[in-house]
Formats: sequence, structure tokens, C-alpha cells
Amino acid sequence: MNEIHAINGPVVKIKGKTDFQILEMVFVGTKKLLGEVISISEQETVIQVYESTSGLRPGEPVINTGEPISLDLGPGLIRNIFDGIERPLQSIAERSGNYIVPGTDVKSLDEEKGWDVTFTCKIGDVLTSNQVFATIQETDLVLHKLMIPQGLNGEVVKMKKDGKYTIRDILIEIKDKLGNIHKLDMVQRWPIKTARPFLDRKTLSIPLISGQRVIDTLFPIAKGGTAAVPGGFGTGKTMMQHQFAKWCDADIIVYIGCGERGNEMTQTLEEFKDLIDPKSGKPLIDRTILIANTSNMPVAAREASIYTGITMAEYYRDMGYHVAIMADSTSRWAEALREISGRLEEMPAEEGFPAYLPSRLSQFYERAGYVENINHTEGSVSIIGAISPQGADFSEPVTQNTKRFVRCFWALDKELAYMRHYAAINWTQSYSEYISDLAKWYNKNVGVAFLQDRQRFVSILAEENKLMEIVKLIGKDVLPDDQKLLLEIARVIRVGYLQQNAFHKDDTYVPLPKQLKMMEIILYLYRGAQSILTQGKAFSLLAQTNIFEKIIKIKYDIPNDHLEMFDDYYKLVDDTLRSIK
Amino acid sequence: MDLQYIGLKEINGPLIFIDNVKDIGFEEVVEIRMNNGETRHGRVVEIQGDLAAVLVFEGTKGLSLNNTTVKFLGHPMEIGLSQEVMGRMFSGLGKPIDGLGPIYVDQFFDINGLPLNPVSRKYPRNYINTGISSIDGLTTLIRGQKLPIFSGAGLPHNELAVQIVRQAQIADKEGESFGVVFAAMGVKNDVADYFKRSFEEAGVLEKVVMFLNLSNDPIIERLITPRAALTTAEYLAYHHNMHILVVLTDMTSYCEALREFSSSKGEIPGRKGYPGYLYSELASLYERAGIVENATGSVTQIPILTMPNDDITHPIPDLTGYITEGQIVLDRDLHQKGVYPPVGVLPSLSRLMKDGIGEGYTREDHQGLMNQLYASYAKVMDARSLASVIGEDELSAVDKKYIQFGTLFEKHYLSQGYSRSRSIEETLNLGWELLSVLPKSELDRVDEEMLNTYFDQDKANKDFKISDRVKIQDVKQEAK
Repeated sequence: MNEIHAINGPVVKIKGKTDFQILEMVFVGTKKLLGEVISISEQETVIQVYESTSGLRPGEPVINTGEPISLDLGPGLIRNIFDGIERPLQSIAERSGNYIVPGTDVKSLDEEKGWDVTFTCKIGDVLTSNQVFATIQETDLVLHKLMIPQGLNGEVVKMKKDGKYTIRDILIEIKDKLGNIHKLDMVQRWPIKTARPFLDRKTLSIPLISGQRVIDTLFPIAKGGTAAVPGGFGTGKTMMQHQFAKWCDADIIVYIGCGERGNEMTQTLEEFKDLIDPKSGKPLIDRTILIANTSNMPVAAREASIYTGITMAEYYRDMGYHVAIMADSTSRWAEALREISGRLEEMPAEEGFPAYLPSRLSQFYERAGYVENINHTEGSVSIIGAISPQGADFSEPVTQNTKRFVRCFWALDKELAYMRHYAAINWTQSYSEYISDLAKWYNKNVGVAFLQDRQRFVSILAEENKLMEIVKLIGKDVLPDDQKLLLEIARVIRVGYLQQNAFHKDDTYVPLPKQLKMMEIILYLYRGAQSILTQGKAFSLLAQTNIFEKIIKIKYDIPNDHLEMFDDYYKLVDDTLRSIK
Repeated sequence: MDLQYIGLKEINGPLIFIDNVKDIGFEEVVEIRMNNGETRHGRVVEIQGDLAAVLVFEGTKGLSLNNTTVKFLGHPMEIGLSQEVMGRMFSGLGKPIDGLGPIYVDQFFDINGLPLNPVSRKYPRNYINTGISSIDGLTTLIRGQKLPIFSGAGLPHNELAVQIVRQAQIADKEGESFGVVFAAMGVKNDVADYFKRSFEEAGVLEKVVMFLNLSNDPIIERLITPRAALTTAEYLAYHHNMHILVVLTDMTSYCEALREFSSSKGEIPGRKGYPGYLYSELASLYERAGIVENATGSVTQIPILTMPNDDITHPIPDLTGYITEGQIVLDRDLHQKGVYPPVGVLPSLSRLMKDGIGEGYTREDHQGLMNQLYASYAKVMDARSLASVIGEDELSAVDKKYIQFGTLFEKHYLSQGYSRSRSIEETLNLGWELLSVLPKSELDRVDEEMLNTYFDQDKANKDFKISDRVKIQDVKQEAK
């Protein structure tokens, strides 16, 4: 019998030698709080507890389970909201009211609900790991595929007929090579800290389209890619994650609220129920899993929530889906590591963070990828991780270490946010390393012009950046006309293109063809205006015409489904330029 | 059986260590009795086998290894509450200090509270009319929000807090169910007195519950004060359906008490010596704002914190900003210009306002107007920094217009005075009038329709007496 010896916050110690395994799941105390073994020595075993340890006493028992912290994976994940260790918050609310009481023992998945099962195998079929044996329409948007658990191969010897079953009903029986019979229901268990295996990593060549112009055009992310969104408070990280979760063209979204605000999670939940996916016409919640471990919930579960999310994502990836994870925010996760490390009295590295912070970050981000699954389907997991750097200083350890493991960096800028320029992605600090990988796709699916125009935009913005240094010193008026024009066009790009209104019905999501057309018209105006200037006409005449304002307002004035209206604007540009005497 | 332990093993700062204890719980409350009859309270903060570390709230002054008897009470820190707490004054630990005797207790509550289940929260939507333009118009306070005031030493944060409380109460239609919970942590005697007097003058004193831990009170007691206050607020809001405004001042003192406690416990320090769990600790306070399903009351928090050296990147304001739903930042330059309230517009923000303003709440143009005011004021800053290099006379006509707009904005919109309350219509109309000073083409955040309804240059020129200075027409002339 193992007994608690010492308690310090979420860290509990057992004295003497035990037969616990490292990373094993344990139940602590009479309330059966969930915990995990994090270090073992002959003198003591250290456990981190995922729930509040208030009231816990030395001498209370610690029970081991023989398995690492694992998740139940099966139908019922989508549309649900879980805490960091896969306990459904709705069920907790029904059982214990408005507050989360420690030791609440609830089932992760609804065991009473009946699901319509359609079998895709027959008796005598030989099935291998991860092969699909039946399907369930989990929500209107997601067809859940029941797979043979990892490591099991064999012949189907017995199966039920199509019909309604609960997740714990035995559906099929498999006889393996040794003649053992395995009875399978709908649920698989998988340890959260182990990546689910796959056959092969594919090169990333398809973008994850979000309808956000600054991302799709300037800094695109690939399906299976990784991106970091660092920004001080109030720069719109969460807004950005929300926009991405709402509009990106992944099949499934896993949204992890890790150490963030309770009201924000409530908002996400409400909003996703009401919002309609533009492609399918169904509510967005039908493709979303929410994981909420708000800042006031126990800190160790915050650490687990990131792994919980990615394990669920990998499970759906194995079915052949493209999954995108929003982790808001990875800094809170790193702080949870720091807090526990501090309680363990480990030697701190930079800013008190443990020395293993980079390796934990890389383990997490490396679980992203576009892969060929064991069952020969293709799927992807993309990770978009928000970072909340202390004092908005990007040189702090979490930002710096994350930068090493992600290939997209969307730096949010306080100055832009102050000007209410959203998305406040700073175009000089941000980058995407996926451009060349995605070039082929853009050229084929959107048009060769897209990346050329993008390049023009980037150079105009870079040029503006240089000119602004001068303007700050001597003012705009002394610049020559061609530079004045460049500044004006850069303004059109900034205000009319990069800035996007998340609350406007058309502007909140802009399809790629419209993005291309918007770039084209801006550059058309630029070329036209340049030729006017070479004819010796003054820029001030051009500035009076209001044409720049008109082009800026295109984002509102042309609905996403009326792209033919762009023709009028070409005419307008021509007429305006011609009218200048 | 009540086990009592005589004598201590060690005393270190605010911590005492007791040996050979049996069957005690983590975070349990401890009663410490001294030979002279004085009683103090503490909390178990660490257990190592039969050795317990106890944090003494009142401080360890006068304790010796032999003169004390310790009793473990078997439950976490609790506070007894009933509706009688309204109008009363308590110490930082929740003991009555107004000489009116103990309160009749209806129910006991654990002051640490439990984390609120996100699915049981209701998303806050109703705005609180504070009557202050810079708040109502630009950083609207929403019922159930936590919106801190980031201030500095010598800035009028206390006046602003009082003004919010006073004017919000008047504007509240269901005035009956309005209440204030005020928690002072490490504030000076006269500041506490100022709050008390102001509440009295505003006629809300019988609706205020005060928890006072003054600067000469025991420092560790401060760790309990906000929790006692928030437990009271939750009780009134969720059990008696009241709308409670919680004013917590000064959070910086709270964090410093935490740092002191942490270092005496020998913990590994994080940034600037604050413990690594400062974020979780602050979150456990701030996250107790909100509205829950099945109750009509709400808890709105206005924590006040003084930024050490006016540094917004200091760990305390920094971590606070990551948890709270926005912030109101007071600006020293504006204060020196004589602007009251000196709300620094650009760094201030209310995250919940987008869903609590507009049609059905305030007015349909509010969102666009707010964005435009922010954007235009940001340009004022650019123009000013340019003017400081090349001189105001050398500015382009448009930039001059911005300078003028900035001056008028600070003078008429931000500056409002301590006793003036503006209705939301007044605030919005004033915003439009100020924008009308600028050339119409500069207003790119509002749509055409709103401009047609609200943009009125002649009125602006008349009201602000702009006649001899550069007019918009002049700007156009010059361009030609």
C-alpha cells in the first residue's frame, strides 16, 4: 500500500521504493484525484496531480493503474468540450453544478448514446492495424471511421449487423495469428504522450486556406505545417485563432484553450454553435473539438491539455482527415512546466524555465505533419500555436525556442493593434518558409499571377518601410512624386488589403480568387498612376480624385460572390486616370 | 478529538514549522494561540511527512518556539456570510472591525473557491454605463468583465474608481440589486478613508462591503483579503442575484506579499523574484469575475494596480493583462496636461465590448466610431512626433488637422471632470463631432452610410470655434 508522504501544491511524494512506472497514471487520495508519476528513485516517488490538492492528507492511499495517462478515442469527441484530461465539462456541470469539484469521476464519452453503425467488412476478411471496419455519421460534417486498434491484425470471425449500438457494445471479434479472440467495441485507448504511428511523411504541398488575406497571400501555412503566433496582450492572438478555427479549410478543428480566460471559452462555444461553415452550410461546431483548461483550473492538467488535443487530432488524421489544432496559448503550457519544475526544485535554465523546455516544444510541434497513414489513407495535422511573450518581448525563451521548430511566424504587433489594424500581423517581422513548397499549388489552382503579385506587394511594403524612416525625420511633403505614389499604394495595400474586418459579413472570409483580383486591381492602379507621373502630371492631382479610397473600400463593396464587379473598377481606374489633365 | 501541538520547530519569516503532526490536510486552517492569550491564524502550505509548514497571516512577530499552542481546524479557510455583510467593514481576514459586532452567519464558504466550469458561464453582454466618455465610448465596461486600471503612483486611479462606482450605480435601472465589494490591500490609511468617505457622499455606503488590509497591517494577510472579498461578491451575486462591482486595490501590494511569502518558503524565483506560479495565482483571483447560468447576478471586477516605475512590461501588469479582459491605462502626460480622467487611449482596451455595444445595446455606429477614433488618435501621435522633429509649421495641412483634432479630443472628449456624467448618446455624438474636424476622406474605418448620418463639419467648426485656423476647405485648396 503506497501512502502520501509529502504535499506541495500539485506535487505529491511517496516515501521509499515503489513499483510505479514512470509516466504511469495514478489515483491520489480518497477522492481519487488523477495524477501522473514524474520521477522515481529509491528514496521517493514524485507524482504531479491534475486536480486541486487542497485538503489532501499524508497517509492517504495512492493507487496505480498500470498504464500511462490515456484517452478514450471514439465517436462523441466532436461537438464536445473537455477539460485538459478529457473529462466532458457538460457532464461535470450536470453532476456537480457550476464549479469543477476535485475528484469528479465522469466518463469521457457518452456511453448511453446509440450510434448508427455501418459495417464495411465481412466475416472472413483479414484486417490489419488502423484498417476501417465500420463507419458512423458522427455529425453532419464528420464520418467517423472505426479502426482496428494499433498492433492488432487478424481475421473477422464474428460481427454484428448494421444498426444502433452504444460505444461499449462489442461490434466485431478478431482472431489473430495465435488464435486469440479480440472483442472490439467503438473505443480505443491511446497514451497522450506517445505519437500515433504512420507509414510515411509526405512533402507539404497544399496550403491550409484560411480566407485571411495577410496569411493566405503573404505568409501561407501548408496542410501539415506549423505556425506560431506571438503577441503581447491585446494584439489579437485569440481573435486570430478564432478566425482561423472558423474559416480554415481543415476537416476537423481541435481548439485548445490552455490557461486562457473562461469567458473566452464560453464565447467560442456559443459562437461556434451559431456560425455556419460557408462550404457545407452546417454549424462549425459539427467539426470542432474544444478543450478548455482555463487559467484558474489546475496547472498540471494545463500541461496535459496540449497532449490531449494533439492525440485526438492524430486519431482523426488516421481516418484520413485534415486536422488543424489551435493551441492558445503555448506560453501558459510552458509556464505550467516551469511551475511544476519549480516545485520539484529542479535547476532552472533561462528565466526559470526548465532546461527541457526546447525538447518538449519540439516533441509537440514534430507531431504535426502530412502523412500516409498505416491504412494507406492520407491525412494531416497542422498546428497553430499562440505565444504570449512576457512584456511582448520576442527574445524570451518560449518564443525563441518555438521559432526553431515552426516554419511560419506570424508576429503580432502592438503598434498595429493600437491603430486597430487587424489582423495585426507585422509584415516585416513575420515569415513563412512554405512559399516555395506551395508555389506549384498556387500556380496551378489560383493562377501564376498570384505569387508574382505577392512578390510585388512584399517589395512595395519593404520600400515603404525604408521611406518611412525618412518621412519620420523630414515629413512626407518633400518626397518626390513617385515616392509619394509608392507610399499611397502601400497605404492602399495596408488598409485595403492586409487589414481585414472580422465582423464584416464579406470581409471576414475572402476566397483566393477575390484575393487575387484585389491584388491585381491595386497593382493595375499603381502601374497606371506611374505612367501618369512619367507624363509629368502632379501626384497631388491624382490624390484628389478619391480613387485610392474607392480601391480601399473594394473589400466591403464587392461581395465575395460578385467578382464580375471588378470590371467596373478597372473602368473606373481608367476613367479617373484619363481625367487627369 | 481536538489535537493541539505545543511549541514549534522553526520560525522563518511568515512561516512556522510544526513537527510530529498527524492527520492534517493540505491548505487546512490553523489556529495559533500564544501565552498572552492572543490568537492568530494560518494555513498549511506544505507537508513533509509529519512536518508541516504553516503560513501565519498576522505575521510571526512575538512568536517563540515555546510560547505557542497550535490547533489544526480540519477545514480550509472559510468565511461566514449572510446578507448582513452589506454596509459592514471587515479586516483583511474577514473579521468585523467597525465595532458593530459579529454578523449572523447564514452559510460558510471556502475562500479559495473552485474553478468555474466554462460551460456554466454565461458570456457577458450587457454594458455598464459609467458616464465616463473614455470608458463608455472606447473601452466599454461589460457586466461580468474584469477590467483593471493600470496606473502609477500619483495618478488619480482612486478618483476614477470612485467615479465609476458612483455613476454606474446611478445609471443602473435595477438600482436595488446593485452592490460594491471593496478590498484594500496594503493601501494607506487615508486612501481607505478616502474611499469610505466617497462612498458615503455618493450615498452607497450601505451597499458597500469593505475589506481593509492597510499598509501597516500584516503583509501575509493580504494573500487572503482578495479571496475573502471575492467569496463575498460571489455569494451576493449568485445566491442573492445582485450585480456586484468588486474594486481591488492595490494588486501590486498583493503580488509583493506573494513574493515575500514565496522567498521565505525557499521557492525558486521566476522573473524579478516573483514565484513561477504568479500567473496561476492571479488567474485564481481574476477568473472569479463573471456571470453563471441559473443566477441573474454578476461579478464585475475593477482591480487597480500601480505599475512600478510606470513600466507596463513589469511582470505584474504584464501577467494581469494576459488574464483580464482588457485594461484601462492611465497616462502621466495627460495627467500633467490637466486632463481628468487621464485615460491613455491607445494602450487601453476592452475585449468584451465588441459583443456588448452596437444596435440593441448602445447604438449601431458605436463599433465603427470607436475604431475610427482609435485610428485617428494613433495618427495624431505620428503627427506629433513628426512635429517635434520638423516643427508644427512645416507639417502638411492634413497633419495639422490631426494635431488640431488631437488637442480637441483631449480637451473635450477625454477631459470630463470628476463630477460630470455623460450619457452614451452624448459620448457618441461628441465623438462624431470631433471626427468631423478631420477631412472626410481621412475617415476610412466607418462606412458611407454612417458618415452621411453623423458627419457634420459645419457644426463641428461652429462648436469648437474653428474659424481662423486651417479649415478643411483650406486643406483641399492647398492640395490643388
